[in-house]
Amino acid sequence: MKDLSLHILDIVQNSIRAKAKLIGIEISEYPEEDQLVITITDDGTGMNQEQVQRAIDPFYTSRTTRNVGLGLSLFKQNAEMTGGSFTIESELGKGTKVTATFGLKHIDRPIMGDLVGTLLLLITDAKSESDYVFKHQTRTGRYELDTRQIRQTLENVSISHPEVRSFVKEMIQENLEQIQISE
Amino acid sequence: MNKIKTLADLKKLQSEVQSKIKLREKGDIPESLVQIKVSMATCGIASGAKETMSFFIDELDHQGIDALVTQTGCMGYCYAEPTIELTLPGKEPIVYGFVNKTKALEIIEKHIKLNELVDGIIPVNYSSIDN
Repeated sequence: MKDLSLHILDIVQNSIRAKAKLIGIEISEYPEEDQLVITITDDGTGMNQEQVQRAIDPFYTSRTTRNVGLGLSLFKQNAEMTGGSFTIESELGKGTKVTATFGLKHIDRPIMGDLVGTLLLLITDAKSESDYVFKHQTRTGRYELDTRQIRQTLENVSISHPEVRSFVKEMIQENLEQIQISE
Repeated sequence: MNKIKTLADLKKLQSEVQSKIKLREKGDIPESLVQIKVSMATCGIASGAKETMSFFIDELDHQGIDALVTQTGCMGYCYAEPTIELTLPGKEPIVYGFVNKTKALEIIEKHIKLNELVDGIIPVNYSSIDN
């Protein structure tokens, strides 16, 4: 993975596969503590204790199409490489929470990358049945996006409609610029 | 400086789009559309599936081709990522491997528009004449 936005896109796919209805993506920057915390929560099927323990094992996956599962392992490795930490909390039937802490100014921290593109792909997917709550906290401000509000506003217009898509893209872009997110 | 877009602006856009939407009613029936599934698991993402998917969405929209571009899981062809599954209306799905932007454009120009197969097909949906 070249950047953090790709990690987010990747980890959220786990939530989608766990049939989550509501997925939370939270990015918090703490310049004083030199930390960048990425949290992904979902209300999907969750995992039992054994699965949680094995989830970060690169040779464990619940897929049948291949024998490796690298998503969480790579995310963990990247976080720990920057002096950070990584945790998974999960409960069967309730959902899962993945938290990765990075050293904000650490030289090995991957860049944020194309966060707008990542969010746009997730949010405007035509067949998506999940809603998203995205929160980004920086030193200068906070941006919150709830796709349930967007769907409500759109009524019967699809969120994947090209004009809506470009509107949402600009909206996210402007708001993230406003709060000056770290690259 | 421009004002930041809000949900109120989205509401305005919603009513504009609403009036236009009746002109393209078939958008609600996926079978009548070009359907593209982009494999979006760790293997795909690490190989650039995100760029491929964004490219398909933007390019098809730009060319005015009604298409449904969605994400799917790993199809098991990790060596050939990014992979896509393309289904033209009334046709069998076809899987392409190593779909970068150049390949994606070739697929749009030849396969989608002219119905000519392009190099790079992974024969997964192969069925023999007896079945």
